[in-house]
Amino acid sequence: MTSVTQHIVELNDVRFAWNKHAKPVLDIREFKMQRGEHVFLQGPSGSGKTTLLSLIAAVLSPQSGEITVDGQPLAELRRGQRDQFRVDHIGLVFQQFNLLPFLSVADNVRLSCRFSPTRKARASKEGRSLDQEIDRLLDAMQLSASEYRHRPTSQLSVGQQQRVAVARALIGQPALIIADEPTSSLDSDARQAFLDLLFSEIEAAGSTLLFVSHDALLASSFNRRVDLRDINSAAYSASTAGELR
Amino acid sequence: MISIAWKSLCNRWPTALLAVLAIAMSVALILTVEKIRRDARTSFTQTISGTDLVVGARSGAVQLLLYSVFRIGNATNNISWESVDDIKKRQAIDWVIPISLGDSHGGFRVLGTNHDYFDHYRYGNKTALSFAEGKRFEDVFDAVIGSEVAAQLKYRIGDEMVVAHGTGRVGLVKHDKQPFKVSGILNATGTPVDRAVHVSLEGIEAMHVDWRNGANVKGEGTAADEIRNMELKPTAVTALLVGLKSKATVFREQRAINTYRAEPLLAILPGVALQELWGLVSVAELALMIVSVVVVIAGLVNLMSVLLAGLNERRREMAVLRSVGARPIHVFLLLCIESTLLTMGGIIIGLMLHYALTGVGAVYLQQRFGLTVQLTLPHTAEIRILLFVAFAGILAGMIPALQAYRKSLADGLSQKL
Repeated sequence: MTSVTQHIVELNDVRFAWNKHAKPVLDIREFKMQRGEHVFLQGPSGSGKTTLLSLIAAVLSPQSGEITVDGQPLAELRRGQRDQFRVDHIGLVFQQFNLLPFLSVADNVRLSCRFSPTRKARASKEGRSLDQEIDRLLDAMQLSASEYRHRPTSQLSVGQQQRVAVARALIGQPALIIADEPTSSLDSDARQAFLDLLFSEIEAAGSTLLFVSHDALLASSFNRRVDLRDINSAAYSASTAGELR
Repeated sequence: MISIAWKSLCNRWPTALLAVLAIAMSVALILTVEKIRRDARTSFTQTISGTDLVVGARSGAVQLLLYSVFRIGNATNNISWESVDDIKKRQAIDWVIPISLGDSHGGFRVLGTNHDYFDHYRYGNKTALSFAEGKRFEDVFDAVIGSEVAAQLKYRIGDEMVVAHGTGRVGLVKHDKQPFKVSGILNATGTPVDRAVHVSLEGIEAMHVDWRNGANVKGEGTAADEIRNMELKPTAVTALLVGLKSKATVFREQRAINTYRAEPLLAILPGVALQELWGLVSVAELALMIVSVVVVIAGLVNLMSVLLAGLNERRREMAVLRSVGARPIHVFLLLCIESTLLTMGGIIIGLMLHYALTGVGAVYLQQRFGLTVQLTLPHTAEIRILLFVAFAGILAGMIPALQAYRKSLADGLSQKL
């Protein structure tokens, strides 16, 4: 296990550009997240939110600077190790299409454990089986396990699919949950309900949440609100700056 | 991984099924072509053994072999009985089987011969003919039938049969005043013998007593007993199968017969003529094989295009897998497993199709051409073909897999499409 530090995410002098000659998209002097924090990362489209998440999730590598997640400097990891690190430590929820349509609800939740023995072990500790934990999470996400367990995910509504995606991100208690506009395809009522479920389960799991959205209305439920433009000193195109927030 | 690949394929079953069917059909085709090719050769090679020379009227070696031994096509001319006697008298010659063709019964050829046929004819690995029931023909109107004739026409010993002139299934003129009687049924041999009605040379003459220049000269026909009392001496035969006392004399005897003055004759060595036949047939075989190989390639190209076309739609699937910790190598493997599953499915269904085809085709080939096609486990040649297809299929799957691998590296977790 990596050493437990106070910060779950730490970025120092991180610069990222899509290629050598392009202008940097991100230039972050410092960005830190405390353990257990719920951070709302805000910023208009094109401001580099998803890029930042990809950096933290070790999908992309910065040209310079240091990123540490859960005490592990990402630069020290080789490519294969990063994939393993990601699944062991991070749960991801996307805007939509989180699920494999040909797998059942339970199998989709199980996916995280398929590639991560660590999370599988954590999910099935305390004398319960992996299946029981899947059922527990589905129930917690208000998707009655007995009813939905074997359903193909293609039969689910978008809101239900997003809740399955959260269950998958949460299983095996990863230290960090990254959610990239998970509510943008939901209507406003479902949005709040979704957030409430997300919060309560993340708290129960003791995870940290990095939640990205351009919808500032949601920000009030979070501990901290960060505007990417405040921490990112790389200039971005003025044409997208006028976009509605 | 395998279960994910399997479920993903099930999710796209229509395209997957088409890819499998394309491979299955190409596999069935190439196996069947190979099978028929080999069995045809075996069947031909098995038909005659122990015969040193085949003698007929002068024509082509392959033609003589085809009509005398395999009963394919017709003789251009006959050998006069005087020539037969001359050949029989030669020192080096051990035995001579006369063969007289030209009539048919129920679509089967009637073969006029004598007892030497049963004594000396050998097929397969020097196997002699044997009787399942009954005995050789003794009377002018006795007939010995092959197993296939007995099975198809449901003849038993003692049944009467009417022989028709000509060799078509429907004889235009029937020798119905002189019915023949089944005296014996031969055991199955897997050669054209199974499809022949054997009668004595006198029997052949007897059929034609009332026929001169191809027309029935007597309205009523001569009674059988009356014919029995006639002197029925064959005037000509279609071909001779010759056995020599010593193999060493075969070329000398062949030359002697080929240079026979009284009549233009042709003597051939069956093995040499068979080789000549293979030489002719191999061009067609090669063409068939090339077509089969091209069909297999088309099947594999189709597999590749199905997988490649699927990749774009499946970028999200790949992104999801990546987000839950699948490495690019997993994505690569996933596609490889898919192509392997599809290829294996194609091979298995192709094999079943092949057996179904040969099962049905064997009956037809046996009835129509007397070719024996047996249902056997795949031979080494067939296994080699299957391995080649499997290998090529997996190789063909590598290209989309590599593509998916590269895309999943470039796309990362991005779902923006």
